[in-house]
Amino acid sequence: MIGLLGKKVGMTTIFTDDGRRVPVTVLEAGPCKVVQVKSPENDGYAAIQLGYEPIKPKKANKPLLGHFKKAGTEPFRKLKEFTVEDVSEKFEIGQEIKASDIFKEGELVDCTGVSKGKGFQGVVRRHKFGGGPKTHGQADKFRAPGSIGASSFPSRVVKGLRMAGHMGNRTVTVRGLKIMKILEDDNIILVKGTIAGPKGGYVVIRRSKKKAK
Amino acid sequence: MSDEIIKKVQSEYLKKDIPQFKAGDTVRVHLRIVESGKTRTQVFQGIVISRRGSGTDETFTVRKIAAGHIGVERIFPLHAKTIEKIEVVSRGKVRRAKLTYLRGRVGKAAKVKELRTAKKSSK
Repeated sequence: MIGLLGKKVGMTTIFTDDGRRVPVTVLEAGPCKVVQVKSPENDGYAAIQLGYEPIKPKKANKPLLGHFKKAGTEPFRKLKEFTVEDVSEKFEIGQEIKASDIFKEGELVDCTGVSKGKGFQGVVRRHKFGGGPKTHGQADKFRAPGSIGASSFPSRVVKGLRMAGHMGNRTVTVRGLKIMKILEDDNIILVKGTIAGPKGGYVVIRRSKKKAK
Repeated sequence: MSDEIIKKVQSEYLKKDIPQFKAGDTVRVHLRIVESGKTRTQVFQGIVISRRGSGTDETFTVRKIAAGHIGVERIFPLHAKTIEKIEVVSRGKVRRAKLTYLRGRVGKAAKVKELRTAKKSSK
């Protein structure tokens, strides 16, 4: 699905014309440049590779620098490939894509970000377990997970059992977020709801597979 | 940088005709209410007991004693479009920003003294 690379700016509140108050995430979307165009003839599928956030040439490594040189664009910090479903949409190398080019207000988008890392967390925080009783002579099992399975049969712990471990810092996609507003000149889009990740975190914004109601 | 962008986003939604008021003041809040297709205005009058937040997120809490001596509090977003007008009825003389202590008080003790400015007292 065609989309854009961007950054999370933060969250705020806006008001709709019918008086409702809407929480929105402010995203800087693009502008991105097309670095590579993949066609069914050459590559077996149709896609475009977009670059976001220009960097100094000395910041990019040599193999990537060659890739950007071939495209004739400046080096970018982030590269991402988007499949092109609609063949009628034509893209050229070096073409700049802005938020207003591919998104419209009222449309739904899917946003992918990397959630904030929480480190190694116990089951109470990671999986919302209740923990043990806090009174009645309880001594040392306040936040313990409890039983993790039966004994002699099956003599092992079943796979996928929820336990303590690393939490956060994983790719999270939120689907079907409505675009409330696009500020064309600033490449800013306002999306209803929350998106994983810190302020300044990189976000992939795609046209949603869900349809607007 | 990111704060600037958010301020710019908010700027369109901020009202400019909001009167100055703070905790302790008595206000009349005129609300636009849409009921079965008809629009009417409802007034909520009471003491402002808190203001919090900034930009479009700013809200204020109004407390009034309704019929039957029941305390009613409503929290309004300051810049909400449903608020037609905010009228300041009187200024209160208070020494804190949040008047949560009013909740535990009944009758005369729950009153806020009126602030008398120099002009008024010279009369």
